[in-house]
Amino acid sequence: MIPLREIACARSGDKGNSANVAVFGRTPAAYAWLREHLTAKIVEEYFRPLGVGTVVRYDVPNLEALNFVLPHVLGGGGSRSLRIDAQGKTLGMALLEMPVDADVRAKT
Amino acid sequence: MLMKIANAAAFWGDQPDAATRLLAAAPELDFLTLDYLAEVSLSIMAIVRAQDPQAGYARDFVDVVRSLVPFYQRGGKTRIVTNAGGLDPEACGRAVRGALSAAGLRNLKVAIVSGDDVLPRLVAGLAEPGPGSATPAAAFANLETGESLATIADRLMTANAYLGAQPIAEALRGGADIVITGRVADPSLTVGPCLAHFGWPADAFDRIAGATVAGHLLECGTQACGGFSTDWLELPNAADIGFPIAEVAEDGSCVITKAPGTGGAVTLQTVKEQLLYEIGDPATYLSPDATVSFLTLRLEQLGADRVRVSGASGGPPPPTYKVSATYRDGYKAHGQLTLFGHDAVKKARHAGQAMLERLAAHGCVFRETLVECLGTGASVRGIASRMSDTHLVETVLRVSVAADAREPVERFTREIAPLVTCGPQGVTGYATGRPKVLPIFGYWPCLIARAAVQPAWRMLG
Repeated sequence: MIPLREIACARSGDKGNSANVAVFGRTPAAYAWLREHLTAKIVEEYFRPLGVGTVVRYDVPNLEALNFVLPHVLGGGGSRSLRIDAQGKTLGMALLEMPVDADVRAKT
Repeated sequence: MLMKIANAAAFWGDQPDAATRLLAAAPELDFLTLDYLAEVSLSIMAIVRAQDPQAGYARDFVDVVRSLVPFYQRGGKTRIVTNAGGLDPEACGRAVRGALSAAGLRNLKVAIVSGDDVLPRLVAGLAEPGPGSATPAAAFANLETGESLATIADRLMTANAYLGAQPIAEALRGGADIVITGRVADPSLTVGPCLAHFGWPADAFDRIAGATVAGHLLECGTQACGGFSTDWLELPNAADIGFPIAEVAEDGSCVITKAPGTGGAVTLQTVKEQLLYEIGDPATYLSPDATVSFLTLRLEQLGADRVRVSGASGGPPPPTYKVSATYRDGYKAHGQLTLFGHDAVKKARHAGQAMLERLAAHGCVFRETLVECLGTGASVRGIASRMSDTHLVETVLRVSVAADAREPVERFTREIAPLVTCGPQGVTGYATGRPKVLPIFGYWPCLIARAAVQPAWRMLG
């Protein structure tokens, strides 16, 4: 297995108690792979330990990006959350640690 | 005729010398924006203002103005647009006016934008919740949870509508050199200057959409130039990442760049990442100036540190303003200690739990507690925790509590340091003193009809 970061970049940010994580393919082929395999369900499952609600994915083909909106993932968000990461700053980096099949590297 | 606009502050607490350094490197800029307001910033100002009626705004901005005195004395023309006014644009404006006058810069005109404070409207809505009321409480339901405003009515602190670019544009057309607002939508700090500069009609939504995209790219400062990017480690000169400059064209497209000689990079990747920062549905980015689609954007690397962003498409803005309201929601505190030695994580967890048990024995009641062992993937607990932590010889123990009342949280802050003597051997990092008791501000996003809000501006005499 290899970490997703080998084929993708990401950026996360907060909005209230929700966060978004945008994921970008490092190449057109990588984006095609992400579009096919990195579903909202998989991302929701990945972030379930943080209490995330129903994840929605938006495709942004002109930026070779996928934008995932993660409701209720910040333990209260902004001022209220007790977590070290109350604002979702780490979620992009966390998603890039997701293990994917090593042969993805050759395909992308 | 290009318009050059830059950002020199992404939040309240950003690099204090960014504006002077940017204007030293790029004195030809037409406009400079400084953004001070995050979601709950106004509630922090409300707390400070309770002790000092003159402190309801970002005082840092007055220091920025003082630092720019030599620039203006040399004949600098760059005009400034900022939301540093916070809860009290008038007081901020007077302080700025005073600083300029003291430096002999009486010719610079300072305007303030008001009308964003809708707290009286929300309170009136609560008082008249019946059908037929212009502002029933139900209209101010929490956008995230759907709860009625009545549930927090007695704890409301601030309520401010995100105003749009119009009053900023009018103030600039009226000759203002510095425009100070309270709450406005972040991109509107850029759209306002564009409206004033290009004279676009109010329904030129594609062009306004382009300016909104430029504003969105600028609003987080260095983040458009490689700050916070995935490949940060590969950036040149990360010690001095430039703040972003947008060269906006009449058609609303722009080139994102940065001042010569600064570090970081403006690449397709840094711009793409910032485009989707804190975004929901990219087909309908809502602002008070336009509803923008990011799906038609085209990005093009024109040269080193120059990325053209074009193709934005827009439609009319929503019939409502978004309101950011805040309310008192109890107290919290976080305490930290560092542990070194074998079984560091096991000992840290045990020490944290033991402290919470001791507090419970004292009768302290918390609505929430949290023990984190930093260094183990605690930021995303449960996701990174599949990595084994038994080999770690060092961790930072972070314990947090929240309560409705202040007293138990206060008591908690006194129980951290004793772990140095009653905890495991190898506890250190206690030299920073007792943690602070922090007020919790609940965040209450809601909507208000545009007709219920009257944005206004005026020049300070």
